[in-house]
Amino acid sequence: MFGLDKKDFRLLLLVAVLVALAPFILNPFPEGSGMAQFNAGYPDLMQRFVIFGIFAIGFNILFGLTGYLSFGHAAFLGVGSYAAIWMMKLLTMNVIPAIIVSVIVAGIFSLAVGWISLRRSGIYFSILTLAFAQMSYSLAYSVLTPITGGETGLQPKVNDPRILDGTLANGATPKANLFGLEMGSSFNLDVGAWVFTFNVGYYLAGIVMLLAFYLSIRIFRSPFGMMLRAVKSNQQRLNYTGLNAKPYTLAAFVISGMYAGLAGGLMVAMDTQVGAERMFWTASGEVVLMSILGGVGTLIGPVLGAGAIKYMENILSKINSDILHTWFAFLPDGLEDFVVTLIYPFIGKGWHLTLGLIFMLVVIFLPGGLVEGGQRVARLFGRKKKSTDTPDGKTTPAE
Amino acid sequence: MEAIILQILNGLDKGSAYALIALGLTLIFGTLGVVNFAHGALFMIGAFCAVTLSRILTISHTVVDETQKDFLGNPLKVDVPYVYDWFGEAAGNTIIDWAVPLSILFAIPVMIAIGVIMERGLIKHFYKRPHADQILVTFGLAIVLQEIIKYYYGANPIPTPAPAAFKGSFDFGAMMGFDPNTIIYPYWRIIYFAFAAVIIGAVFAFLQFTTFGMVVRAGMADRETVQLLGINIDRRFTLMFGIAAAVAGLAGVMYTPINSPNYHMGMDFLVLSFVVVVVGGMGSLPGAVAAGFLLGILESFASMREVLAVLPGLNQIIIYLVAIIILLTRPRGLMGRKGVMED
Repeated sequence: MFGLDKKDFRLLLLVAVLVALAPFILNPFPEGSGMAQFNAGYPDLMQRFVIFGIFAIGFNILFGLTGYLSFGHAAFLGVGSYAAIWMMKLLTMNVIPAIIVSVIVAGIFSLAVGWISLRRSGIYFSILTLAFAQMSYSLAYSVLTPITGGETGLQPKVNDPRILDGTLANGATPKANLFGLEMGSSFNLDVGAWVFTFNVGYYLAGIVMLLAFYLSIRIFRSPFGMMLRAVKSNQQRLNYTGLNAKPYTLAAFVISGMYAGLAGGLMVAMDTQVGAERMFWTASGEVVLMSILGGVGTLIGPVLGAGAIKYMENILSKINSDILHTWFAFLPDGLEDFVVTLIYPFIGKGWHLTLGLIFMLVVIFLPGGLVEGGQRVARLFGRKKKSTDTPDGKTTPAE
Repeated sequence: MEAIILQILNGLDKGSAYALIALGLTLIFGTLGVVNFAHGALFMIGAFCAVTLSRILTISHTVVDETQKDFLGNPLKVDVPYVYDWFGEAAGNTIIDWAVPLSILFAIPVMIAIGVIMERGLIKHFYKRPHADQILVTFGLAIVLQEIIKYYYGANPIPTPAPAAFKGSFDFGAMMGFDPNTIIYPYWRIIYFAFAAVIIGAVFAFLQFTTFGMVVRAGMADRETVQLLGINIDRRFTLMFGIAAAVAGLAGVMYTPINSPNYHMGMDFLVLSFVVVVVGGMGSLPGAVAAGFLLGILESFASMREVLAVLPGLNQIIIYLVAIIILLTRPRGLMGRKGVMED
């Protein structure tokens, strides 16, 4: 179906179902209960899940397939965001032109950066992309203030031209919309103690992510994807067979830059403001963390990684020591304090520590990320099942 | 002329920091072949060694002082640092005042220990893995170290002043025979530069004139042959990692009066130091030092008002711009050796 084989189609279908049902899945705990803080089903966070999912999918096309580790992808996200916000200021608050233009502008920018950076490989490539990203960040902060708004950033104002929208009613604030359907509007469904929120912006971003995911599956399975893998496994051999690797890597770079721009455009569509800090190199580092954590070079890995990191960022960081004390209240007092002081550095403001530790453990022990972890667990259980199936000890040879 | 000299001087302190960090990075890369993204964190830990020592020195106990009364007429309780008890008040004050230079003695063993533990505990297992994995795991380590420091010392910068003797500035111009009050330069910065020069000289002398250094250089050139000669090169390289960590740490210790240490200063310097290493040439020690000073001075020239009037924002991007130009025109960097990291 859709030019995918059965397995990939099942994966796409699974992701589609998960995206569609996310408001239910991410809100497993009733409102007001002690576990409600683990609910991730609020629009803002769900939007971030899918948007950073797109970002990570795009990054994975470059890093996962070609092995070129870019440390400057946040620049494309930032450029896309700026393009989108300018579309909203000048043309219309409708998100469609904003998103399209953000992809195009990010594509052009990544073409320029990639064309230069890809002359070198390995760590030099990483440093070059890092240099470009830091340059864009510094420029956005200082010289380009008329375009980027500098430290204050950009947001739509009431007196922006907005040629297509016409003048707003008095006192109305401009809101991002899709043909009149506001991005921020949501519909609450109360089922007993549970509250499920369905947000327009989230579903738009979710649909875009599904399209992006589908495209990435097609790229992974295409001859072009095969070529990119050849670049990763042995570029020299590729050269000796008479092929120039540069156009392929450049295409991959531009595609992943466009994904980043798309993510940036969507970010603006959901929350109409841009600041230069989203181009800072730590933001580029974050998408690297996401891809590695989920599983580089796998289809679903980056999405998982993005989800895991954003979940940790928003949920783990909310836990404070009072909450910990209520959790461990069943322990004797001294032990309770001890356990709380033991756990406290890893939660709340210290969630980065947990992230760093998990990331290190993943790089050291699970180079394939969460996906490999899942496969290992599955294999473990699979083997067990097999051995129980053949109690007489006669096992059929594997494969 | 005065303006040029002033800018060169201004570039020296940042350039010294870049050069020291880049030197450590290159030592690690040249010996172990590992790209260490946690090196900035080592710089930061060094700076916090100074903070720690100055806190240790001011540990106090409360004494009831009968001579002083508060407004109710009760005897006042005063905090007296233990160093006052041990060395007397005047000497104790001097010791507390000199906390930053004293931290050098404190930081060297600490940093070497951290470096050796890091190498034996983590980096050792990454020699055979691709460079991307090394970057990633050390990047993770950098986050972890940074967060640990943040947890214990808080997120705000901690002012750590230089000894009173080195506070203030002096008129460098008058000393050199220019008009007075044209080149005013803080004492501590010139000390930082001198200190960096000494450290760099010491590292080079160590590598050049000792047997240990000779073996290390041989190992850098051809590790396998050195091993075949029956020399335990791994142990020496481990120690070199410790020394590289100590160099970064000392750079951090001495940098604290210039810039109050905070938990993300390592990351801020790391990115620039990597650019410095690449500009200098991967694996070239003189290249790293030269590029460090060069970029520091270029940065300070680019922030001159006259330059900014023509090219606004140049001071923000000059280092990256130079790096891009150098990488594209001289891929090996200024003094890069052939065959290092060329793929």
